[in-house]
Amino acid sequence: MTTGRHTKATNNTKAFVLFMLCFVVFVPFVLAFQSKPQRIISLVPALTEMLFAIGAGPQVVAVSSYDEYPSEVKGLPRVGALIDPDTERIIALKPDLVITYGSQVDLQSQMKRAGIASFDYRHGGLGHILVTMKELGARTGRTAEAEQAVAAIETRLAAVRASVAGKRRPRTLLVFSREPKTLRNMYVSGGRGFLHDMLEIAGGEDVFNDIDKESVQVSTETILARAPEVIIELRPEAIPAGPPMRDELASWGRLASVPAVRNRKVIFIAGHAVTVPGPRVAESVERMAKALHP
Amino acid sequence: MSIRRRIVTIVSLFALGAIAVVLWAPTVGSTSISLSRAFDTGIAWEDNVDAQIFFVARLPRVLSGALVGAALAAAGVVLQAMLRNPLATPFTLGVSSGGALGAMLAIAFGLEVGLMGVSSIPIASFAGSLVAIGIVYWLASSQKRGLSTNVLLLAGVTLNSFFSAVILFVQYMADFTESFRTVRWLMGDLDVGSYSPIIAALPFIVAAFAMFAILPRTLNLLTLGEDVAAARGVEVIRTQRLAFLSASLATGAAVSLGGPIGFIGIVVPHLVRLMVGSDHRVVLPASALFGAAFTVLCDLTARTIMAPLELPVGIITALIGGPFFLWLLVKKS
Repeated sequence: MTTGRHTKATNNTKAFVLFMLCFVVFVPFVLAFQSKPQRIISLVPALTEMLFAIGAGPQVVAVSSYDEYPSEVKGLPRVGALIDPDTERIIALKPDLVITYGSQVDLQSQMKRAGIASFDYRHGGLGHILVTMKELGARTGRTAEAEQAVAAIETRLAAVRASVAGKRRPRTLLVFSREPKTLRNMYVSGGRGFLHDMLEIAGGEDVFNDIDKESVQVSTETILARAPEVIIELRPEAIPAGPPMRDELASWGRLASVPAVRNRKVIFIAGHAVTVPGPRVAESVERMAKALHP
Repeated sequence: MSIRRRIVTIVSLFALGAIAVVLWAPTVGSTSISLSRAFDTGIAWEDNVDAQIFFVARLPRVLSGALVGAALAAAGVVLQAMLRNPLATPFTLGVSSGGALGAMLAIAFGLEVGLMGVSSIPIASFAGSLVAIGIVYWLASSQKRGLSTNVLLLAGVTLNSFFSAVILFVQYMADFTESFRTVRWLMGDLDVGSYSPIIAALPFIVAAFAMFAILPRTLNLLTLGEDVAAARGVEVIRTQRLAFLSASLATGAAVSLGGPIGFIGIVVPHLVRLMVGSDHRVVLPASALFGAAFTVLCDLTARTIMAPLELPVGIITALIGGPFFLWLLVKKS
């Protein structure tokens, strides 16, 4: 009887130890295996777009103060941005993944100390957008969706490439910004970065290909000397037709010898989407291609 | 008579130098152009790239460089004499920070109202300068005894810090691309792109130089001290007002045209004094001419040294001016 009881007790203990062992060894393994972050904070608008594009949107709990797209972000809390991340609010929101920009080293070390995982990102070329989307997919448990989204973008880019293949590639100046109504302080695309890559896929030849920088400040002299055949100007907002558009074209009119100006090939592409290195890149490349090869 | 001849000789030499630089500078650049083609009226304007590079890209730059350089250097001379302080610059009295704040606001709020081909930024900058001039002048003249140089200096320094704080606030609140543009504006830029901003700034600079023309003799006396000057029949208060207003007007117009290009207003007057002595009848015109040539040369360096990349001209003025000035200081002492 006593022996029996003793055996039973021993068995119970054994079972308990075994159970604990399983728990200690196995559970973290399982957790690690399927730890899908459920509370993501994104401080990079381009990556917020990617998260929504790969179906991880419902896991996003807060975004940066510059996020505008997709419309789902409008109701989400804002936690600062590149230079002013609100660490206190970020921690208070109990995230399990924070998406930071590469230069936010202070924030990254603060997250590390708080035991919050971070995903560090830096802008690169167009290829980097697709790689980042896949990485985000793996990180958020949306591998298949990410692969799918990337494949869709690749298909559209391939279609653009095919449509411009064999066509003459006009020498193109891609302008990001300048002082309104003048040609002062002009910043254009150099031979690197996603906007440069987009222009090349869309069938244009960047006139500042030789400068290994993403953004270059150029003088009117250099533009006259490089004589672009097409000028594409990216604008956050569309320019209303009529006098405002006439004014904008008039400032280019001063460079009368530039082929793009003479042949009325100064094209404005409006909207924030174009300048965001995110999943809407295929659409922007299609717009550029249409402008370059109507 | 001999003094007069000396003045004429020295000023003519500086004038010749400045003219040579202004004539030579537009012929040099990141691209090589053919001058005979540029001046060939037989070629249609649309087809003449050389003419466009010369007349659209380079000439406005050189002219605005000359104007800005002359205005800042002359304003520096006048303020150093009036405040009897060798450290005074055209930026000491807060005029340029007022101008900078105006420009920052125009950039950050995306103001797009232009006037006669001049964009909102130079207009806002000049308006900001006028506000700053008004504040300093009101502070300094609120005391019955005229403009106290100490009050002027303190008011200027305080106003500078105050405006800088507001500028930082505006920059911090602005969008990322806008805050970069504001920072870039502070480095100075002479690629004005057309003649309209130059024409807009010209009347103010000409008016300032007309006032400068009356000043040199009284400035000479003023540097000896206000009492001495008054004893010699100088209307001290009137001179100070004229000096302050003319120097501020020149500074405001120059900053609105080319941004707050540093170093010209302090280094050029001292360089010229080291070369020709301290008689303001020589120093003032010579500084204006030397400032014009110096700025044009610095801008020439800025646009060619890393071509096709541009360097901000403010970096070059300090990089070239600083060591050169130190060398001259050591050599003279």
